[in-house]
Amino acid sequence: MELTRDEVMRIAQLARIKLTEEEVTSLASQLSNILGHIAAMQEVDTSGVPISASVLPVTNVMRADAAEPSLPIDEALANTPEREDNFARVKAVLE
Amino acid sequence: MAATKKKSPDTAPWQWTIHEAADQLRQKKISSVELTQAHFDRIRAVDSSVKAFLTVLEDSALSEARNADEKLAKGSHLSPLTGIPLGIKDVVVTKDIRTTAGSRFLEHFIPPYDATVMTKLRSAGAVFLGKLNMDEFAMGSSTENSAYGATHNPWDLTRVPGGSSGGSSACVAAGEAMGSLGSDTGGSIRQPAALTNTVGLKPTYGRVSRYGLIAFASSLDQIGPFARDARDCAYLLETIAGYDPHDSTSINVPVPHYAAELTGDIKGMKIGLPKEYFVDGTEPGVTKAVEEAIEVYKKLGAKIVDISLPHTKYGLPCYYIIAPAEASANLSRYDGIKYGLSLHESAKDLEDVYKSTRAEGFGPEVRRRIMIGAYALSSGYYDAYYKRAQQVRTLIKKDFDEAFEKCDIIVTPTSPTTAFKIGDRAADPYSMYLADLFTIPANLAGICGVSIPGGFSEGLPVGVQLLGNTFAESVILRAADAFERVTDFHTQMADLSAVTAKPKRKKSS
Repeated sequence: MELTRDEVMRIAQLARIKLTEEEVTSLASQLSNILGHIAAMQEVDTSGVPISASVLPVTNVMRADAAEPSLPIDEALANTPEREDNFARVKAVLE
Repeated sequence: MAATKKKSPDTAPWQWTIHEAADQLRQKKISSVELTQAHFDRIRAVDSSVKAFLTVLEDSALSEARNADEKLAKGSHLSPLTGIPLGIKDVVVTKDIRTTAGSRFLEHFIPPYDATVMTKLRSAGAVFLGKLNMDEFAMGSSTENSAYGATHNPWDLTRVPGGSSGGSSACVAAGEAMGSLGSDTGGSIRQPAALTNTVGLKPTYGRVSRYGLIAFASSLDQIGPFARDARDCAYLLETIAGYDPHDSTSINVPVPHYAAELTGDIKGMKIGLPKEYFVDGTEPGVTKAVEEAIEVYKKLGAKIVDISLPHTKYGLPCYYIIAPAEASANLSRYDGIKYGLSLHESAKDLEDVYKSTRAEGFGPEVRRRIMIGAYALSSGYYDAYYKRAQQVRTLIKKDFDEAFEKCDIIVTPTSPTTAFKIGDRAADPYSMYLADLFTIPANLAGICGVSIPGGFSEGLPVGVQLLGNTFAESVILRAADAFERVTDFHTQMADLSAVTAKPKRKKSS
């Protein structure tokens, strides 16, 4: 299992992480090594085996559709780097 | 290595267990303020060497201790934790107290609310000494991945205290706190407990609310206690456990009075030994200690049953798909927009804010795991990796279901080795992952487990892991306590006299 530099850059784009040239090279070898160990899983016969997304005996836990007190906006936005009124401000998405 | 014995009340308060201290507090032999002060003195004496604490909370702790002393004077609203000084892993959010998760990303993050476990401990009257070091976002087995430097093992300062809850294990081992909270996603409570001669318990998934636990892998994460014996763990667990409407994955099952179930009687208890956990690759000193522990259990009247967990060897690969996949989704929230680090001023556009901030904020291991997760979830690879891992998870769970038809608890080594040297495994990420070989399957199956002091190998602690079925915390705690009644490993504390003898008064904070 060898990841190419292009594949590493594709994954980094999916993960929204900027990488230097050296990091692409070292990650290609580190991630390939880890995926090589993970490949052992491919030998398990999983035909007809259901998936476990959770081990809990419960599904679709719902609460009543009623408004409850929540964090005040000033507290919720206290750690926000750039704030405008009651919003987090971002750079323009469209030109 | 020399070890010092502790016995209340002839020993220093920082050597007592929680239940010993609770007795002393009730008999007015010591106040909570004195007990708390004794721990800050100890922190000042040893933490520049151990480096367990990221934030020390001297002012608020002394005020909490004064409140506890008032309650103790009135004798009302008392819990076993009233006035007891604790440490909290820095992955549990604490209102108005900086919470970093060991990451540069959250260096200046001040949470606006308390995690449910904090609310519960506060109402029990506990005292909070500070926030504890950890691998960044709980990803690691040595605490070397902290953005704030490694924590050192009190038993040998050149070695790791395990991880990711290495601050939580080291502070209890060093007498800097009477107990602590950690979190366990693949062994992050049990493995550091094993490496530091402490007791560390991972509850059943859903037993303890995750509200306010900074998320790593949501289907695996659980908060749990560290302490110096099973009884203290029982007190901590019964305080933090229970259903919480804020966490839809917490389960509405009554919380037993765990401490009351420590009867010492395990006659007829069936102990399963899975052959897949007794294999080459485990250090001989670890194997020997575990075999001796099994002999102790036989003498206590337990019945030994040979069992098989055939999918054990697929636990590690399965975990290293599921945990990174969930992490890649959970950690997408760190985007430089909502809170935490942001490079928005230097970035040229929105996409660049995300990419530059995440490059700057995440350390190497966190980046690796996010990328493995993003890869496993990406189009064309999903079936081969993520879906298959979820199927293998079903098989691992089924292994345990079948095993618990034949036995009450399962006994294994907690980790294949004793504490390794700082720096030894940093170059090869996969060698670090192997430290959690024996702890990961319990997280995948959602069952509970505890690591207890089981002896020493070349002066370093060996942990014995007791695994129990879902919601069988009472059973593993009873077995842990029964073992402690006839052994004295858990009473040994690391000898830090070489550190405390040094004339230094550097204030740690």
